[in-house]
Amino acid sequence: MSRAINVALVGNPNAGKTSVFNLLTGMNQKVGNFPGVTMDKVSGVYNHNGQQVNVLDLPGTYSIYPRSMDERVVFDFLSDEHAPDFPDKIIVVADASNLERNLLLFSQIKDLGQPTILVLTMLDIANKQSINIDLTALETEFNTTVVTINGRKGEGLNELKDAILSDCHSEYKPFYDVNELSPEIIPVIKEKFDLANDYISYQYAQQTYSKTFLSNEDKEFIAEAKVKYNFCDRQFQTTETVERYKTIRSKLEQVITRSQKMGEVKNRTSKLDAILTHKVYGYLIFLSVLFVMFQAIFEWANPFMDWIDFGFGQLSALASSYLPAGVLTNLIAEGIIPGLGGVVIFIPQIAILFCFISILEESGYMARVVFLTDKIMRKFGLNGKSIVPLISGVACAIPAIMATRNIESWKDRIITIFVTPFMSCSARLPVYAILIALVIPETKVLGIFNLQGLTLMLLYLLGFFGAIFSALILQKILKVKERSYFIMELPVYRWPKWKNVWLTIFAKSRTFVFEAGKIILAISIILWVLASYGPGEKMENAEAAITETKSHLEPGSDEFEQAVSSYKLENSYAGILGKTVEPIIKPLGYDWKIGIALITSFAAREVFVGTIATIYSVGGDDGDESTIKEKLAAEKDPETGEPMYDFALGLSLMIFYAFAMQCMSTLAVVYRETKSIKWPMLQLFYMSGLAYISALVAYQLLK
Amino acid sequence: MERSAADLSPGQKGMVKDFTDEYISLKLMEMGVLPGTEIEMRFAAPLGDPICVHVSGYALSLRVEEAKTIILS
Repeated sequence: MSRAINVALVGNPNAGKTSVFNLLTGMNQKVGNFPGVTMDKVSGVYNHNGQQVNVLDLPGTYSIYPRSMDERVVFDFLSDEHAPDFPDKIIVVADASNLERNLLLFSQIKDLGQPTILVLTMLDIANKQSINIDLTALETEFNTTVVTINGRKGEGLNELKDAILSDCHSEYKPFYDVNELSPEIIPVIKEKFDLANDYISYQYAQQTYSKTFLSNEDKEFIAEAKVKYNFCDRQFQTTETVERYKTIRSKLEQVITRSQKMGEVKNRTSKLDAILTHKVYGYLIFLSVLFVMFQAIFEWANPFMDWIDFGFGQLSALASSYLPAGVLTNLIAEGIIPGLGGVVIFIPQIAILFCFISILEESGYMARVVFLTDKIMRKFGLNGKSIVPLISGVACAIPAIMATRNIESWKDRIITIFVTPFMSCSARLPVYAILIALVIPETKVLGIFNLQGLTLMLLYLLGFFGAIFSALILQKILKVKERSYFIMELPVYRWPKWKNVWLTIFAKSRTFVFEAGKIILAISIILWVLASYGPGEKMENAEAAITETKSHLEPGSDEFEQAVSSYKLENSYAGILGKTVEPIIKPLGYDWKIGIALITSFAAREVFVGTIATIYSVGGDDGDESTIKEKLAAEKDPETGEPMYDFALGLSLMIFYAFAMQCMSTLAVVYRETKSIKWPMLQLFYMSGLAYISALVAYQLLK
Repeated sequence: MERSAADLSPGQKGMVKDFTDEYISLKLMEMGVLPGTEIEMRFAAPLGDPICVHVSGYALSLRVEEAKTIILS
């Protein structure tokens, strides 16, 4: 078999690029990292006629000049001729119903000099709009191979695969010759960096500072040359764009014939827009969509989560009964398996959330949501595009923060990343659930609302307002000259393609499990060690100590065993940590036991319930909340003899959990996305500080 | 006085003549808003901003502030 060939997929957003990618590679996709760039790359592999083809899906972009994090990758990747994975062929996916604008990117890509194939999608929509495209004329005028593909039915897929392997490609001639703009600088850069292509060399001058693989000396060299030869980037870019469009328009006159009647697709879109962006119904529909989504995330996911919880409980029990007794078995049964369970349990919620998000995006409605909310979000230093991360944050902040990459403005993006963890993610839900059950009575308000449900809703609102007001503060503090702007296409409404929806759910869940999983697993092992070992000999002598102090307990009875494990915990490293922080958290009404839970759940909030369960010796039934609840309800304040978990303490804890930045994985992702330790640190201190103060105020007022 | 794309009312059309902002104009041109192109105001978001225009065969949304930088002839 011959060497595998590398193919890169590029195209405008909404051009159907993802469908083409999914058709080519199916489930053989993987997420990796671009070397030197903190950016996910989605790649896939397929075989055709005995030849292996690696396909790389690049982020959607309108031109080769980047504006967002997402777009920056495109040119970076396509311009490094010496990189080992430099594509052998480039496929440009273009929306046939909007050919003129799509061909701008095509003409730029073509000028990079690699063999290029033009794939036309949405020919059906173009035909309905009475746009007729002469494919042969398109091939001759634009000097390229053209393949048409139906993203829904997959027609044309084999033709595309054949074209990718085919060797006959039209001879390279520039679509637009950049030597007209700057004849002097191109040879200089070409020689210095050993480049073969004029347009790539010219782009080194245009995009010197956004390129990641150039060293500082290289950048200085180019900057000096730019001054020397009077290179005016923006003016050149304007001329280039105008000239390219001129050529595209004149060529398209030979290719496209249009009949005058109005297309029915546009009609349908206009009718839907009249309702969906209506002054009143627009927001009502948006709120209803949100409501259904929340219901789905919390209600539909429940049975699946219970099964997973049960399954991991069983697995843990199996491990401890069948593996030989010892430290390793304990680590597996009490540390690793519950740790993994803590990750896997969120898969149903993540999957449902991404099912919704992907349907909303595929159908074209998400763009309208962004359109509807831009003005409101702008007041808080955010952007219409921030709404997507904020909504995603309700499931999990990790994918939500990754979703900020398409926000062009650096300031808008940083603020969005900063405030997204305030949104009540699914990991807070178990904590809220148990505390609400404990301190909020199950009474009806106004005859219809359940007080417990209402409290839960208020906690979500608290998170939302926390996010909004923090954004407001940050907007005032961050002094950045960079302009925020909002220019976005509103795509026509379409039925979502289910294959794309499934692949999105699959890919996102997998990324979540592997990204968050590593960290949660590590923390649960550390936590297990801290809770199982202690300094000195107190841990070994636990049974003797209990026999001595609580002589009324019969050795071997359940009560005795519970007392022993409580004693062990109190004297473990975790217990000592809890005692150490007790003075700090005393004003909030917390004791050392809650202290341990606070410390352990700093890694991930959901650990709170598990830790509380261990501390109160509930034993293996981690998932059985009613037992934990009974134990907590029976817990007495040692000083007053009143129940420990009263209204004030419960509320203070809930507020603490609503604000505190207790998620290592999120901090890790923020670090990865901002490439700076400053932002995760600021986030950690700001959110924890806010959590502490709010919880303090709540407890002192209510007690 | 010069008219900008922000002055159009829904259904009205105009011809793009010039831009007042270099940075925004680059993005707009890439998106197909070029001098000589016809631009039609479609509708505004419920709070009056952003707006949606029809240009080079598709729907484009932009803020009023950005629409003001598009000078019409």
